[in-house]
Amino acid sequence: MIRIDRIRKLFPTREGEVEALRDVSLHVAAGEFVAIVGASGCGKSTLLRMIAGLIQPSSGQVLLDGSPVTAPRAETAMVFQAATLLPWADVLRNVTFPLRLMKQAGAGTEARARALLATAGLTGFERRLPRELSGGMQQRVAICRALLQEPRVLLMDEPFGALDALTREEMSLELLRIWQGREMAVVFVTHSIPEAVLLADRVVVMSPRPGRVAEVIEIDLPRPRSFEQEALPAFQAAAQRIRALIYGGRLPRAA
Amino acid sequence: MRPSAARIAAGLRETAPGIAAVILLLLIWEGICRGFAIRPFLLPAPSLVFAQTLAAWPVVLKHAWATLGTVLLGFAASVAISLPLAMLIVSSRALAAALYPLLVITQSIPKVALAPILIVALGANELPRVIVTFLVAFFPLVVGTVAGLMATPPELIELGRACRAGRLQELLRIRLPFAIPFVFGGLKVAAALAVVGAVVAEFVGAEAGLGYLIQTSMAFFKTPLAFGAVIVLAVMGILLFQAVALTERLLFPWSSGAAPPGAGL
Repeated sequence: MIRIDRIRKLFPTREGEVEALRDVSLHVAAGEFVAIVGASGCGKSTLLRMIAGLIQPSSGQVLLDGSPVTAPRAETAMVFQAATLLPWADVLRNVTFPLRLMKQAGAGTEARARALLATAGLTGFERRLPRELSGGMQQRVAICRALLQEPRVLLMDEPFGALDALTREEMSLELLRIWQGREMAVVFVTHSIPEAVLLADRVVVMSPRPGRVAEVIEIDLPRPRSFEQEALPAFQAAAQRIRALIYGGRLPRAA
Repeated sequence: MRPSAARIAAGLRETAPGIAAVILLLLIWEGICRGFAIRPFLLPAPSLVFAQTLAAWPVVLKHAWATLGTVLLGFAASVAISLPLAMLIVSSRALAAALYPLLVITQSIPKVALAPILIVALGANELPRVIVTFLVAFFPLVVGTVAGLMATPPELIELGRACRAGRLQELLRIRLPFAIPFVFGGLKVAAALAVVGAVVAEFVGAEAGLGYLIQTSMAFFKTPLAFGAVIVLAVMGILLFQAVALTERLLFPWSSGAAPPGAGL
């Protein structure tokens, strides 16, 4: 469904052009969960924004259902690291904001938003302002906001990066539960190797300067996933492989 | 905001030190005037200021109304011009480059110098006074609004773009609401400055207003009345400031940092 074809991206800086991505090709099937892992500066967020149509590649192209992505499309929705809720709008109006902005809000929009909030455990918070919610709850609202657009591709840029470790684990399982009931591909950028292995069908490991795809690793774990699987050899092997790719030959050793 | 006994008590505890400080200052002032037998036209005692202002109260009130009219008109003009101006500045880099030097020029001209020129050009009526008030008051409002429009988090802008919002939609639906706390910061400064601007204009050319009252009183060494007019001006500035703050709390409770009812889980 998403085909990324030999993308290159140059960013102009004061010291000349910097190559953010070099020759990146990738394929994401409909309904697939793909995680992108890599060190800072490997261009993973840039890649995500290209799929979203927010940035254009310098060469190569992103195809969505066969047609090139040149601007943001209705089929994709995005979740950022910060919840980026509107501080003046309550939870319900935040969730419906994109549809209202696109003038696609109809009679059923509010009922669907309430139902979505209910699945995210936010019943009773519809009229609260964002600042009255915890960080985890705010990010749940942001995810509901993306899901209300019924995207066929959900793009997530380190969505749990700003949350504490416990909330993060809870949210990742919740995301899987929500994803399983839908025909929706997820492209999930993260810094966390265990998170990537736990969530994804395939993990794309990227290497920095310039950003390239180092390897794509199939995660051969049964679904539904759970934290007990972290102890399985397949989980360990995948995590080890990713770690080796990211650190290369200079795998750090603690005393 | 339900007024409860606890809330009122808390409010009193907050304001009591301020009130006490003002009373103490007045007492010291009174004491100095009496103790050193300072002549009233040099420095009148607060009791004398109070008595003479009260005696001339209808006159003071008439002048206060005249000033308030100029202040409110100038303030309204500041709002009506500053907000669109700020949006223009944000919407285009070329416009910003063209407008900012002009704005800085209007701010570097002393308004006291400009007032007589305007009065000759426009006649001795309300208009030049409103223009001077506007010139004194509008700048912080423009700067504050521009800062607010620019301070919108880039992710919110990206969200708008991902939802295929146009430039105008982005400005009106995302940037402008986000700027509200900044706008109110500017409005509070503008409210206080509008009082200054109106008095400056009245010093130069007016036949009514508290600025005019101060000048005519001093010409006849009626210092206590001039002091009374100054105090009325101070009260007017405080009330305007509070009116802006109250408007913010009532219309945009999310902006002022005031906890909405039922906050706290």
